[in-house]
Amino acid sequence: MAFEVILKKPEALTEREFTYCPGCTHGIIHRLVAEVIDELGIREKTIAVAPIGCSVFAYQFFNTDATVAAHGRAPAVATGMKRARPDLYVFTYQGDGDLAAIGTAEIVHAANRGEKITTIFVNNAIYGMTGGQMAPTTLLGMKTTTTPYGRSAENDGYPLHVAEIIKEARGVAFLARTKVNTPQDVVKTKKAIKKAFLAQIKGLGFGMVEVLSTCPTNWGIDPVSALKWLEQHMVPEYPLGVFVDKVGDEQ
Amino acid sequence: MPKVRGKIEIDQERCKGCGLCISVCPTKVIEFSESFNSKGYHPAEAKHVEKCIACGFCYNMCPDVCITVYREVESA
Amino acid sequence: MSERVMVKGTEAIGEAAIRAGCRLFFGYPITPQNELPEYMSKRMPEVGGTFLQTESEVATINMVYGAACTGTRVMTSTSSPGFSLMQEGISYMACAQLPAVLVNVVRGGPGLGDIQPSQGDYWQATKGGGHGDYKLIVLAPSTVQEAVDLTYLAFDLADEYRNPVLIIADGVIGQMMEPVTFPEFRDLNTLPKHESWALTGANGREKHIVVSFDIDPYVLEKMNLELVEKYKKIEAKEKRWEEYKLDDAEVVITAFGTVARIAKSVVEQARKEGIKVGLFRPITLWPFPYERLEEVSKGKKLIFDVEMNMGQMLEDVRLAVKDHAPVEYYGRLGGVVPTPDEILQALKSKLGR
Repeated sequence: MAFEVILKKPEALTEREFTYCPGCTHGIIHRLVAEVIDELGIREKTIAVAPIGCSVFAYQFFNTDATVAAHGRAPAVATGMKRARPDLYVFTYQGDGDLAAIGTAEIVHAANRGEKITTIFVNNAIYGMTGGQMAPTTLLGMKTTTTPYGRSAENDGYPLHVAEIIKEARGVAFLARTKVNTPQDVVKTKKAIKKAFLAQIKGLGFGMVEVLSTCPTNWGIDPVSALKWLEQHMVPEYPLGVFVDKVGDEQ
Repeated sequence: MPKVRGKIEIDQERCKGCGLCISVCPTKVIEFSESFNSKGYHPAEAKHVEKCIACGFCYNMCPDVCITVYREVESA
Repeated sequence: MSERVMVKGTEAIGEAAIRAGCRLFFGYPITPQNELPEYMSKRMPEVGGTFLQTESEVATINMVYGAACTGTRVMTSTSSPGFSLMQEGISYMACAQLPAVLVNVVRGGPGLGDIQPSQGDYWQATKGGGHGDYKLIVLAPSTVQEAVDLTYLAFDLADEYRNPVLIIADGVIGQMMEPVTFPEFRDLNTLPKHESWALTGANGREKHIVVSFDIDPYVLEKMNLELVEKYKKIEAKEKRWEEYKLDDAEVVITAFGTVARIAKSVVEQARKEGIKVGLFRPITLWPFPYERLEEVSKGKKLIFDVEMNMGQMLEDVRLAVKDHAPVEYYGRLGGVVPTPDEILQALKSKLGR
């Protein structure tokens, strides 16, 4: 009986062990980005821009040139890189504090300009690295360390729907919201990430995937239950789908 | 009906015992190990690897890239 | 040899940058430097470069950071409130050791202030406006020609030392028109490529990272000590200043930028009235020429510092002069530019005349 490898660690990931909590879906998404980079053959021409947040260490995990941007500013850093070197591929990887709180101006304008960069937006409805505070994407009624009585619309406003805002920017060439709480959804997310990179490779414009993700530690539940919680609570709030697709069928 | 035979290897030291792979394996290949790894987790173990069908679900859901999946090569 | 042309300060700085091989400009409109981005928006496409008007100064400095990561010459310009917004990004660039040229055309402050000329950002520029231990190389022109020469030099210093370099001007230099000679166009093939560290794709090499942090304090300390060593090198080699009629001077005016230019008129007028005044003009505000100023101050009756602020360079002058001579100050605030007459009156009153 001979066996062949069909699935293994992608080239575009280093050997470093991830610093994420057990069951945190950041790790899945990192792997998907790396698989896509490998399949598109662009590892040696890609620069990763890591955010401030749990994934600040992404610069260690991706086997590409990498930097860490100031909080929220990754799309601006990526813009600077891409304008300096349009021949390279640049992606940002950002959480909900980085992209949807402090970084709203930068992401909106990068999308509006149709910057040929790719953004992976990890939405887990909470701030991870700083210990579980409210994020703009936190659901109403959700208890966090800064909404101990549950988020109230009156005081704290509503969960921010980033994909719906970004879809209005005409520079967007690909935009989707997916989730990673089942193996099938992981496959769908990978397809979306690939298209978001193809938007850049084909020179069509800005590409982004918003990925609904879990944060077992700060949600206060175990990793497997967190997958179900996402389904029950986040999916009703954040509709899944492809919002913009100028990429068409993959070649 | 030819059955796909598979095999998985789980890096016991990388594994954080999150259980996502166990929760999605359709043939119940994987269980938590009795022993601890050096991080203090009970890592996931391919206890019943003969039941593996190389579906890749465990690989898909593993957040720490611990798993390598193999598929039996059809002999001519 | 280029011909002499009549050009406005802000535009001159832009053209000098282009001559230096800069082909990337990011900027946000703010008075009194808007002619610089406007000039670049026209000129960059002419030379195959890129101009981008950004959404804010915060975005601007981060785009400069990103471009600098690729080892490409890049610049931006702004005025005081915009410069404040850039401080986090500047701190990141200083720690990550990224080369870039920044221009601050200083206006009245603090706060929204006004749009008139000022020198109120000296502390911000030289003592760090951003957090952490770092220094910018700070160059202070006092004529449009000098602004051209220092801008051209700034790109070389930035690349040589992997440090952001700041051209600190004010609304007077920015807005005035003078005849200048521009340097020749730098051959782009001779620009440094920074192959040992720049983010250009891990093509057949190990990956590079550019970061401004480390979670291990001992590693971060090492990174900081690298900066300390670098700053020592810069202090040893890059101090620049001008001495004007100091040989027989009894009184030394210290001033920088536009005020130094005004002070030259004060020197002339004072000498007509029999007071032997000279001028010591720092050109690099950092590294500050402490040693030379200390030498110059020995045996002088008075060191008279004049600025358009509350007395910011004054502190460095005092540090340099120690107790070799008395130090006095005259300044105007809020964007008011002093006249030679009022400076001379103040000087005379300090001398008891």
